[in-house]
Amino acid sequence: MTRQIVAAVADFPPGTRRRIEVDGRGIVVLNIDGEYFALLDRCPHKGGSLAAGVLTGLVSSPTPGEYAYLKQGEILRCPWHGWEFDVRTGQSFCSGLKTRARPLPVHIAPGSDIVEGPYRAETFPVLVEQSYVVVDA
Amino acid sequence: MSAMPAGIIDCDIHPSPRSSADLDPWLERRWIEHLRSYGALRATHYPVGAPYHKSQPNASRRDAWPPEGGPQGSSLSFMQSQHLDANGIATGILSPLISAQGVRNLDLSIALCRAVNHWQAEVWADKEPRLKASIAVPYEDPEAAAAEIRHWAGDRRFAQVLLLSRTSFLPGNRRYWPIYEAAAECGFPVGIHAFGNSGLPVSSAGWPSFYLEEMVGHAPTSQAGLTSLVIEGVFERWPSLKLVLIESGFTWAPPLLWRLDRNWKALKSEVPHLRMSPSEYVRRNVWWTSQPFDEPEDKRLLKDSFDWLGWDRILFSSDYPHWDFDDPARVLMFPVSDEQRERFFRTNAAGVYGL
Repeated sequence: MTRQIVAAVADFPPGTRRRIEVDGRGIVVLNIDGEYFALLDRCPHKGGSLAAGVLTGLVSSPTPGEYAYLKQGEILRCPWHGWEFDVRTGQSFCSGLKTRARPLPVHIAPGSDIVEGPYRAETFPVLVEQSYVVVDA
Repeated sequence: MSAMPAGIIDCDIHPSPRSSADLDPWLERRWIEHLRSYGALRATHYPVGAPYHKSQPNASRRDAWPPEGGPQGSSLSFMQSQHLDANGIATGILSPLISAQGVRNLDLSIALCRAVNHWQAEVWADKEPRLKASIAVPYEDPEAAAAEIRHWAGDRRFAQVLLLSRTSFLPGNRRYWPIYEAAAECGFPVGIHAFGNSGLPVSSAGWPSFYLEEMVGHAPTSQAGLTSLVIEGVFERWPSLKLVLIESGFTWAPPLLWRLDRNWKALKSEVPHLRMSPSEYVRRNVWWTSQPFDEPEDKRLLKDSFDWLGWDRILFSSDYPHWDFDDPARVLMFPVSDEQRERFFRTNAAGVYGL
């Protein structure tokens, strides 16, 4: 594991992101409302650079006609094929055939009840040490 | 996956003008002013835009904005560095999806197609010999389309004639035969790319509600088009004509051919002009580009489609810079022989396009 300085906190304000290289691997680090997140900059689907993806939310629906907009600003959408990943866990939410048929309770779901997909983007811990943002990769 | 072959041929790359003014050098003043005043109406509900909003800006990868500005696909230097160089593309066939074909004012469509062809030849192919242009034709005026094909006959900057899959009538309809006659005469393959505006829904059963439905609707549209071309007798009339179906999938083709052949045996007397079975015409005259490559859980199932259609039938395409781009390094995700890989990435397209 390599501990890598990403930037000084003062240079890395909320709403911005950085792409760094650690041991030849691209990593995208995001500051979302003062919280830092890091993911491997390679979509597990086809390898697109997540650093160029938009941050969005997760539109979740327990049944047609009912919707909840969850995890606002915490879902990173791949710039290629639009696959979506939770910046906290790297979890994708494209359910496969096996999970699609699973019945879901009809209520506004907290994040943990959402059907998870088969892919997970690799995430890394990000720490603030004194006045620097660092990532363990 | 094993190493990629050298010299990939990418059969579907989309160049874009920086703005509509990029076509002005080849348009008469009259048409420039007409476009500013009235636009270019197509057979859609809307004067501008697409019937279904795209999921990404300009239906393109968000990492494909040129650093100097302009829409994705509008910078030759960025296309060279991000795609041609990075992905080892030796030859790329351009498919300009610009509002020119299918414009309802036929005189404007004729003028715009001529401008798009000059623009491709002079702004792209002349500056980058890896790129080959496609002859955009005003297909709703088939005689004018044939004249456009003959205008560029023998020009090696052009690889094919470009049609879109959603014409006003099914593509085998005899009104379009002047296009096939000119293409066969000039030795150009005809590429039919998904999309276009017919004024009809993408589904024969009505207007779908979602973009996702339009995306998967291109395959049945292409099936209807291929069926029309075969059954109307286009390949009987022009045995040397090469047809390439672009961006509408290919895994649907084997069961369609089985069904066509079965019904042809029962209904031959209805179509006595067909002297071979539908699948025999298709095996002689038709090819498919690979993108969007289907992604079953078990990728090895795709090998069956190749085996059924023939390893000489599928041509690699990326669709760069569009959002549903296929990366050549991650497209054949099942075991193939070196010869099969070579055919898919290079020699099939070299044969079809005479490269």
